[in-house]
Parts: sequence; C-alpha cells; structure tokens
Amino acid sequence: MIKAILIFNNHGKPRLIRFYQYFAEDMQQQIIRETFHLVSKRDDNVCNFLEGGSLIGGSDYKLIYRHYATLYFVFCVDSSESELGILDLIQVNLLQFVFVETLDKCFENVCELDLIFHMDKVHYILQEVVMGGMVLETNMNEIVAQVELQNRMEKSEGGLSAAPARAVSAVKNMNLPEIPRNINIGDINIKVPSLSPF
Amino acid sequence: MALKIVKGSIDRMFDKNLQDLVRGIRNHKEDEAKYISTCIDEIKQELKQDNIAVKANAVCKLTYLQMLGYDVSWAAFNIVEVMSSSKFTYKRIGYLAASQCFHEGTDVIMLTTNQIRKDLSSPHQYDTGVALTGLSCFVTPDLARDLANDIMTLMSHTKPYIRKKAVLIMYKVFLKYPESLRPAFPRLKEKLEDPDPGVQSAAVNVICELARRNPKNYLSLAPLFFKLMTSSTNNWVLIKIIKLFGALTPLEPRLGKKMIEPLTNLIHSTSAMSLLYECVNTVIAVLISLSSGMPNHSASIQLCVQKLRILIEDSDQNLKYLGLLAMSKILKTHPKSVQSHKDLILQCLDDKDESIRLRALDLLYGMVSKKNLMEIVKKLMLHVDKAEGTTYRDELLTKIIDICSQSNYQYITNFEWYISILVELTRLEGTRHGHLIASQMLDVAIRVKAIRGFAVAQMATLLDNAHLLTGNTQRNGICEVLYAAAWICGEFSEHLEDPMQTLEAMLRPKVATLPGHIQAVYVQNAAKLFATVLRKHEGETDSHAAQETSQLLIDRLPLFVQSANLEVQERASCILQLVKYIQKLQQKKVEVAEEVTALFAGELNPVAPKAQKKVPVPEGLDLDAWINKPPSESESEDEKPKAVFAKEEPKHSRSRHTEVDEKELARRREARKQEQANNPFYIKASPSSQKVYDAPGVEHIPVVQIDLSVPLKVPGMPMSDQYLKLEEERRQKEKAERKKKEKKKKREKRGKERKADSGPESEEDITPAHQVDIVTEEMPENALPSDDDDKDPNDPHKALDIDLDKPLADSEKLPVRTHRPEVLKSPAEDRVNENIPQETKKRSGKETKEKKKGKEKDRKRSKEEKKKKKHKEVEEELLESQPEEAVQSEETKEAATPPTSTSAEEETAPSSAAAVDTSSAAAPESEPDEPKDAEPEDTKSSKHKKKKQKKEKEEKEKKKKKRHHHHHHHHHHHHSDAGGEDSVQNGTVEEEEPLPPMSNYSLLAENSYIKMMKEDADQVYDIQGNHQDESKVVVSVIFENKSDSFLKSMEFNVLDSLNSKLQRPEGAGAHDSLTVPFQLPPGISNEARFVFSVQSIVMPQKLKGTLTFIVKSDESSTHEKLDFKLHFTCTSYLITTPCYSDAYAKLLESGDLKGSSLRLEGINMPFHHLLARICFHHHFSVVERIDSCASMYSRSIQGHHVCLLVKTSDQTVSIDAKCDEPSLLGNVLDEIKQTFSKC
Repeated sequence: MIKAILIFNNHGKPRLIRFYQYFAEDMQQQIIRETFHLVSKRDDNVCNFLEGGSLIGGSDYKLIYRHYATLYFVFCVDSSESELGILDLIQVNLLQFVFVETLDKCFENVCELDLIFHMDKVHYILQEVVMGGMVLETNMNEIVAQVELQNRMEKSEGGLSAAPARAVSAVKNMNLPEIPRNINIGDINIKVPSLSPF
Repeated sequence: MALKIVKGSIDRMFDKNLQDLVRGIRNHKEDEAKYISTCIDEIKQELKQDNIAVKANAVCKLTYLQMLGYDVSWAAFNIVEVMSSSKFTYKRIGYLAASQCFHEGTDVIMLTTNQIRKDLSSPHQYDTGVALTGLSCFVTPDLARDLANDIMTLMSHTKPYIRKKAVLIMYKVFLKYPESLRPAFPRLKEKLEDPDPGVQSAAVNVICELARRNPKNYLSLAPLFFKLMTSSTNNWVLIKIIKLFGALTPLEPRLGKKMIEPLTNLIHSTSAMSLLYECVNTVIAVLISLSSGMPNHSASIQLCVQKLRILIEDSDQNLKYLGLLAMSKILKTHPKSVQSHKDLILQCLDDKDESIRLRALDLLYGMVSKKNLMEIVKKLMLHVDKAEGTTYRDELLTKIIDICSQSNYQYITNFEWYISILVELTRLEGTRHGHLIASQMLDVAIRVKAIRGFAVAQMATLLDNAHLLTGNTQRNGICEVLYAAAWICGEFSEHLEDPMQTLEAMLRPKVATLPGHIQAVYVQNAAKLFATVLRKHEGETDSHAAQETSQLLIDRLPLFVQSANLEVQERASCILQLVKYIQKLQQKKVEVAEEVTALFAGELNPVAPKAQKKVPVPEGLDLDAWINKPPSESESEDEKPKAVFAKEEPKHSRSRHTEVDEKELARRREARKQEQANNPFYIKASPSSQKVYDAPGVEHIPVVQIDLSVPLKVPGMPMSDQYLKLEEERRQKEKAERKKKEKKKKREKRGKERKADSGPESEEDITPAHQVDIVTEEMPENALPSDDDDKDPNDPHKALDIDLDKPLADSEKLPVRTHRPEVLKSPAEDRVNENIPQETKKRSGKETKEKKKGKEKDRKRSKEEKKKKKHKEVEEELLESQPEEAVQSEETKEAATPPTSTSAEEETAPSSAAAVDTSSAAAPESEPDEPKDAEPEDTKSSKHKKKKQKKEKEEKEKKKKKRHHHHHHHHHHHHSDAGGEDSVQNGTVEEEEPLPPMSNYSLLAENSYIKMMKEDADQVYDIQGNHQDESKVVVSVIFENKSDSFLKSMEFNVLDSLNSKLQRPEGAGAHDSLTVPFQLPPGISNEARFVFSVQSIVMPQKLKGTLTFIVKSDESSTHEKLDFKLHFTCTSYLITTPCYSDAYAKLLESGDLKGSSLRLEGINMPFHHLLARICFHHHFSVVERIDSCASMYSRSIQGHHVCLLVKTSDQTVSIDAKCDEPSLLGNVLDEIKQTFSKC
C-alpha cells in the first residue's frame, strides 16, 4: 500500500499532496515539513530510500523519493510495495514510463509551474496511476489515453473556465511577475542504470 | 432566466479561478495569510450563489487551499453539491475535493450514498470512474456496506477501465465492511484470470494486500498464483506475486521447495532489477523457512549471494542499499555464505552514503569470527577516526561494542586488546556513549578475572589523565568512563602498581567538577585505595608512607565534604572521620591495615540481568501474602512486601542449590545482614529508607544511565554487581546443564534442572572457568527478552493493521467454498448438513433488504454455494485438517522433522500446494461467526444498525447452537471464544484447539555420529498403473549429523528380500550399495530418497540395511557404520483417495469385500482427532460423517479398496472394515491399533 504521495519543491512548498489515510490538515503539514526535512538534507548521489519517519506509518514504512530539478516526489509505502518498482513508478523506464513521464506527455514538457497552476489536473493524472493507495495502472499509454479522453469530455462540456473567462485570465496574466518557464524536468535525465525493462 | 445565466457568466469572468488564486498567493508573499483569508471570504460568497459553475470553481480553489494546510471541512456540504452536478467537469472537481478532505468523521458523507450509487451506475464510464476513485479515498463502513453490492456488480462491467477500478476498490470495501469479503471473493478470484492485464493486475494487487495480513487463508490460491507467475509477463504483477509467495512460504515449507526452481529460473532470466531483487528476497525467505532441518540448498544460497554481490557492486546506490538489506537477511541463517564477501562489505563502509554505511555495519555484526574480529575492529576504528558527524561516529562506536560483546564476548581471544580498544574509544570527542563504554569496562573487568591486572593499569592511566576527558563538559558524555575507571581501580586495587599515585589522582581538586555520582564513586574508591596502601606499608618499620597517605586524604576530603551532592557529602564525611581516627591510631603505632581492609572484603560477582525473575519461588512462600498485618497507611504498604522480596533475592539465588525452607531463609537473612554490615556498600543502604531496596528490582543498566545524583545511585552499583554474581553462577549451572545434555541427549525444562542441580557441580565448573570467566550461551538467551522489548514499541504502529486482520479472519470461509468444489464434485450427493448454506442464504437475504439489484445474484450464488457446500461439509474439517497437522508439527517440532505430505502429491507444485491450501482454508472454517459478531459492534454506530445487529447476533447464535449439535466436539472452543476477545480477533480455530502435532517421521537408527529418520510412509506411487505385479515405493530418509565432524562418503545398502528390492542404478549388482548424494557438515541434516520395488503389498515388510560413512575430523578420518531396519507397513501402500458417498455405497453393496472389525478401548481423544489421525497416519479420507460415526475410504497402490466405518462412544471406538484383500485389511487394522495404543 502507498500511504501518501507528496510532491514539494526545494523549499518544502507542497505542490501536490495525496494522503491515502486520513490526517487532519495540520498533521498533514507537519508530515510534509518533516519529510522535506529528511529528504532535503540528502545528497543527490545517495540512495533514494529512507526508513520511515515517525510520522507516517512506522517501521514498516519507507520513504521512496526522487528529486527532479526543483521538485521532490516522495512516496510513503509499506513493505508490500517493491522499492525498485515504486522508483520505476516515479521515474522512467525504457518500456513503461509512468507518473512523471505521463505528466510530461500531458503537459508537453512539464515544469514546476505546471504543477503549481494545474494542481487539479495533476491529481486527475495521479488518479489514473494510483487509486486508494494501490497502483492502478502502470502502462503509460493506457494512462495517457484515459486522461486525454476525460479532458476531451471536459472540453466538450465547456470546461470549468469557458472561453470568456480564459480571455480574462489572459488579461490577468499580462501584468504578471517573472515566470521561470525553463525549469524543464523532462530534459533532466537521471540515470537509473540497469533498471531496464520495467 | 436567460438574463440570470448571462449575469452569472459575466460574474464568473471576474471570479478568481484556481490559476488566479495561485498567482495571487505568489504575489502576496509578505502577507500570504491575509490574502488567503480574503480569498476564503470570496469563496464563501461564491459558494452561496446557486450557479453550479461558480460553486465548482470555488471548490476547486478550496482543494488548493486544503493542500496549503487550511481546514476546508466547513464547505463539505458544498462539495457534495458539486459532486452531484450532472456535468463531468464539476463532478470531477467535487469528487477530488471530497477525496482530499472527507474522512469518517465527515457527517455529510451520509448524504452521498445515493449520489454515489447513481454515479456508479451511470452510463458514462468516466462518471463511474470518478466516483470509484473518490470513494476509494473516503469510503466509510456505512458506505461500504451500502455500496458493496453495486461495486461487486461493477467488477463484471464490460469496460476494463471500470472493472479494474472496481476490483481495486474492493480492498477498501473489505477493510471497512469485512462481511463483504466472503461473498465477493469468488468474483475477485475470477478476476485473477481476467483477459485485461490491468484488471488482472488489480486483482493480484488486492489479493496480495489481503494475503499479506493473513497469508494462511490464501494458501489455497497458491496454485493459481503459481500459474500466473509462470505465465505473466507483467513485471509489476510478477513482483506482487513473488512477494506474496515470500509471505506464504513460511507457512508452508513444501511450497517453498517448489518455488525455488522457478524463482532461480527467473533470477537467471530476468533483466529487470526490481524483479530480480524480489526473486532473491523470496528465495531467501524460502531458504529461511526451509533452514529448519531440511537440506541446505547451498546452490540457491550461492546464487542469491552472487546476485546480491552484483547489486552491491553496482554503482547505483539504490541497488547497493537493497543488496545489503537482503544480504542481512541471509546472514541470519547462512552466515558463512555472507562471510566470504567480507571484502565487499568492508568496502561499503567507505561509501559516501551514510545509509549504505549503516547497512554495511549491520552486516559486519554477523560476519565476525575469532579470526577476523581484531582486523574488522581495527578497520572500524579507522573509520571512527575519519568519521564526520557525531551520529555516524556514535553508531560506529556502538557497533564496535556490539560486535565485540556479542554472544558473551565469544569472538574475543585477547581481552587486553579489547580493554585497549575501549580505552581508545574514550578519546572520542563528543560521544554520547560514555556510559556504554563504562559498562563494558566494568563488565569485562568483573567477569574476566585474568584481565584485571591489565585493566586496573589502564584505568589508573585513565584516571591520571582524567583532565583529557573532563575537558568535555557535555553531560552524559565520556566522563562517564571515569566512573568505571575509579571503581575498577578501587575494587581491584591489589593489582595496582602504585596505588598511592592513583589515590592522588582521584583526589585532585578538579574531580569536584565531575557529575555527583562519579564523585561519589571516587570518594568511595579512594577509601578502598587507602586500605590497600595501608596494607602495603604494614610491617614496614618506617610508617611514614602510610601516615602521609592518611594526611593526603585528610587534606583533600574536605573538598568533597562540602559537595552539594548529598551522596558525595555523606560518603566523604564518613570516610574523613574514619581516616582521622585511623591517623590517630597510626600515631600510636597501632596496626590498622587489616581492619581497614576488612571494610572492603568480599568479592563481587556478575549476575545476569534477568536473574532475579528466574529465581524460583520456594515452596510455601506466598509473595502476595502479608507478612505483617497491613498497616493503615497506604504509602508504606507497597514497599514492605517488595523490600522483603528484594532482601531475600540475592541470598536465594546464591545458594539456590540447597533446599530452601523457612528456617534456612531466616538463617541466611541473618548471615546476609552480617555480610552487609561488613560491606561498606550496604552500610549506606540499610539505614536509608527502605525504598533503596527497590533498586535491585531495576536492572543495572538504568543505574549507569541516570545522570542525576540520586542517593539511590551508589547503593545501586554494588547491587547490580550482585546481579552479575547471580548471572555468573547461573551461567555456570547452565554450562553444567549443557554438558549434561550432551551426555544424556535429553532435554529437560530449565527450571527443573536448576533446582535439581546441586552446588558441587557448579563449583566444579568455576575452576576451569576461572581464567576467563566468561560463559557463553547465556548472553543470547538474555538478549532475547530485550529483543522482544525492542519489538514491542513497533507493535503499536502495526496496531493500525488490526482492522485488516479482522476482515481476513472473516474471509477464511471463502477460499474454502470456492476451492473445495473444484477438488471434489459429485453431483449425485444431496444431503447432510445444512447450516452453512443457510448462513449464506441469511446473509444474502440481509443484503437484499438494501440492495434489490443484487438480490438475484446473491441468491444464485448462495444456491451454488449451498450445492457445493453439501458435498464437502462433513469431510472438510477432517480431511483437510491433516495436512494442517503437518504444518503444525513443523512449527512445533525441532529441526530434523520436516512436514510430509500424506499422499502422493510430489509431482508438481500446484498439486501439492492445492492439497495444502485446502487444509489451512478449512481449519478456520468452523469458527466463522465470531469475527462477524465482534466486528460490527466496533464499527457501526447508528441506532437502527444496532438493532439490526442484534438481530444478526441472535440469528447467529441460533446457528451456533445448531452447529453445536452437529459438531459436538467443538463445544469447547465455542465457549472459550465467546469469552476471549483475543480469539475473536484471530478467529482461527487451530489456535483454539490444535490437533496434537503428528509427525510422519520416525527414528530409524542412531549412533553418536548420525541419526536417521524415516518418513513413515512417504510418497507411495504406482508407476505402472494398476499393474498387479510390481509397484514402487519411495522412502525418504533424513540424515542428521550429530557429531562435530564432517561426514562423507555415505553409502546406503539394504538386503533385498524376494518381495522388496532397492532400486539400484542400471549395471549395479544386487548387493551394491547406493551412494548418498551429499555430505554432511556438523549439525546439518539432509534428506535422501530411495526407491524400492515391491511385489506384494498385502504383508508388511522388514528390510535390514546398513549405512556406512566416513567420519572426518581435523586429525583423522574413520570408517563407521550404522545398521537399521526398514519397516514397510501395509499402510504405506495405501493412497489417500477421495471417494463420494454414492460410489462408496455402491462399493459396499457390491459384496466383493470381506469384512473384519476392530475395537479400541480407552481412546480418550475427540472424535475428529481420532479421524484426523487415521487420515494422517493411515492415508484414509473421510467419506461421510454423521455425529460420532464416520465412513472412511482408502485405496492401495494396487487398487484394493479399503473401507472403514468408525464409531465411537464412551472412549470405545469400533471400526468395521471391509476390503477385497483380507490379509491386507488385517494388517492395516493391526497398524491402526498400534497407532492408537501409542497414544
């Protein structure tokens, strides 16, 4: 079982949180802070597993994380999940790209800003990968297909912010501060040697 | 209306959407909280509008705010509104928000039931999908109960997208509504073979989660999973399955045997590291489960270790880490195979990644030997010097001490070395583990008498250079070591070369800056040193030196008399006065040395930490009884009995060897008081309040740890030494016991033995142990309880999983239902027991009250189940309980008696596993009601539900009563169940009333080198069908090496008879012996199989045989032989064959069979045990059972039918038997008789 999926940036700001067990909001924030504290002090060249913090789960649980550019992807899982399998789930593999790759496809080069502004969409993608703490689908094509079908459905309904609103938001966008658009996760190629076909 | 819509959409143009909100928050970094609070106000306004789009937008923003930590539960109702929108876009937003912030305490969840049901049955698959996804996050027991049936229906949806979600969510439903597991399980199982890989994977996922918590109940699925494992190409699924097998094998070692081959194949073939790693892990689990007595699969271990080495050598840190992790699992059971990779592991100590270094350290612990200990520690010491950061260095320090002290210093050959290591460690800066080093120093100095001289010298240096240590002001730091140093120097001062110098060092003014408890030890031991100095100078004509010493003390002690620490002050002033008095005597030229030394006479010996607990309470001593009438004041109440108990403690154990009666006790108490009076450590203790005596109740460790200067402290110290003394004695006794055991080959309970052991024996042992006073064996034993203590704190975390166990307990029925009918189906039968089908009927009836849709299906299912049930109802607990037996005996028995299957099911894994499963699935069967009764009480709350519950309960109770009639022998545990909540939780029967362990292995022959165990009647199979002339019998023999030498070149030979012949390889002569295909290192056992061909099976056979082997020890090798007799019983020619009652009836009617009968008197066991025994030992199966009467059937390898009718009443069992071969029948009955005469 996956107990929680946390995405936060290098400063510990949450970009997506998904708990599969109920925690009150303040507890959730505390977990994020502690997890960030644990994860952020680790070098990039050390292993991606952490024995579970005291907050989530306990000894049976592990934190499995990956660090991409400005973002940390942390999965808190118990011993029924394969460590390497989850890493693959987070990261990439030759045959089956999953989460990050899916984001990549759906947003055409995902960066932190996409996550910031489209948290809801990221959730919808995540829902096609993990459901209720269990891995639902590992086949990227299937995931992308389902997400796209749903988006199409949304479009046909006019979406949440229909055309006029979009125009307004374009106007709103004009006087915006710098948006660092070039933190591109997709280009960062973290090598996972010999984790081949999975 | 139209205007309103237009207005609405114009409003919306200026509402913030999610992106605007995010942008706004980013623009208000300084006053974020303020900005968000205005946003929340806006959102509240938006939620008040009746435009659903506005609401949805607001809810979407709330979801974002929730992530930032804002409580949005106040909007729960609006979320429900958005969820119920007909537009997918809004619905999705609503469900997302709900999944993020709804939980069991959210009251509006009650309102969602119908909406969700509507969405689940929506024609649009994404509506359904969204509802399922949302529900998976906030499903409550109520929702689970109400929607279980709808979701079940969805499991057979036409779209795989829905199917897989429905399958997956079932796990959550099971957790919240355990009753649903049984009805849903057949369909879930079906989905394991769904054509869509996603659905399949989801089903595997769910079952793996279920099985992980309660693997026993899923053993029946092993064959199915085995098939999936060999056919699936989806690595994700494979990993899950392999992990599942890892959980199953400990329960069923035979499964493990089957697993090894396909797993090793996978290991060889896969290129996916994740899969490889899981395979290796499972192989390790298998090997661990097999290691108890079965052949050592050295090839598999080698393979695992090799592959792990590859992982560890990989540049990827993750693989390295996991490799080390898995390696440590192997280490526990096969340390030798890991030891050969020492180089690699030492290399990992240099890794830059701390988690990897820590893992490597863990491994080192198990890799040391006498030979390499010093080398490894040297390496670690280098790391200590290099290490940055105190945490890692402290970790290293504790590991060094752990490694050295493990198994009672087993690997230390040179204690001088160890002392120097400890002294070196004191030079570490800023370590927290001063007390650890100190306790090691004390331990070694006390227990290793030979080392005392050296230790004292080292400690004296340490004291002399104390300023180096005390520079460190950190509390609890390294200065703790001085505590040990001072004590050792004082206690063993006779070894000091220059006590005067040490005395001087101990009384330096700087000492006053040390923590109080250390100062106290300094002062006390200064007095000891003083005594030694006096003694040294006694008899010298010039008493100048002695007087100088007195003067030194008189000069320096006042500093301590002023100490703020009570303990220090008291001791110092006492000793000061004493010394002043002595000085007076010295001036009068009185010889005082002897008197002063007498103050500190007596030796302190080590005692085991748990020794006190193990002291047997003497007969007639009631520890709870009042000794005096209870005083009115409650305060003193608690102390008195304790104090008495504690006082007696040390004395007791010391003279445990004699019979303790009350007089003796009193006498000893006196003696001890006197002894205490002579011992300065006790002088303090006795006058102070009795509370001090509570100290002995505490183990000595806390005494060292506590940093406060409590008066408890110093008396505590010698107390702990008292313990050490106890320990020593106990160890010696244990040692004696072990020797005894070796001689006698008998195991007795420790408690008894200790009492029985007499004093002289232990004294004998003391002398040899004198030099290095370390006794092995004891430490691990003492360590065990503390290990448990370590585990305990973890349990509360795992307590979260208790809920998960419950549903599983309930599930125990399901596999039975679905599995059984596949095994046996005879359409003709329709009778016997009704109760279980009734139960399902009732349950499904209940469900239909709420779910009309599911009604028909449920009914169908219950009908089906009813049918299936009927065939097997009677048989199951008997028939199936027999393999269960094997498992049990496996667990309970020691090595060398691995479980055996009763019938010929060795050919393929699935088949054997199938036989196994039914067993474990069936066992819990008889107790299905309990968990259900308990569960709803915990989870449900609303009133009407409680009513319903009551009804349910009543119904169940009725059913229970029925069951009582049918299975009167279950009476016992029904009652106990009702009482004990624990058993309710577990809900399994075999824990309640285990059948006595039965083993198929019997001793064949034994001498001092080797033990041969023969499987009573192993796989008997008929190679040539029903061909009457010749059949083959396989005999498994376990060879166990009992000696310390290597056994090799084992040859097995049997004198053939006319009827039975050992099958020899082609070309071998009729008298040639067979070589046993393995060698046996000391303590190892292995199994070999021999095939015999048998002509006639109607008579039992005895074959004489010989085993020859070479015993190879270091010096010599000798040829030895062992004679044995192989006994083929007629039973061993019977194969457990199921038979249907209709066929059985026909068989009996045919009249071809001849009858015979047998009467057994005084059989004092439950009927089902009796049947189980017959099934297990004599390979029968139960055809039908009605109350205390059962018909049984078996078939010989040559096709003879054997039918039994077993009846029991009042300890008398009568067996009427029929068979087409009278002599075979006669022999079988004789054997049955023998089986029961044994018990």
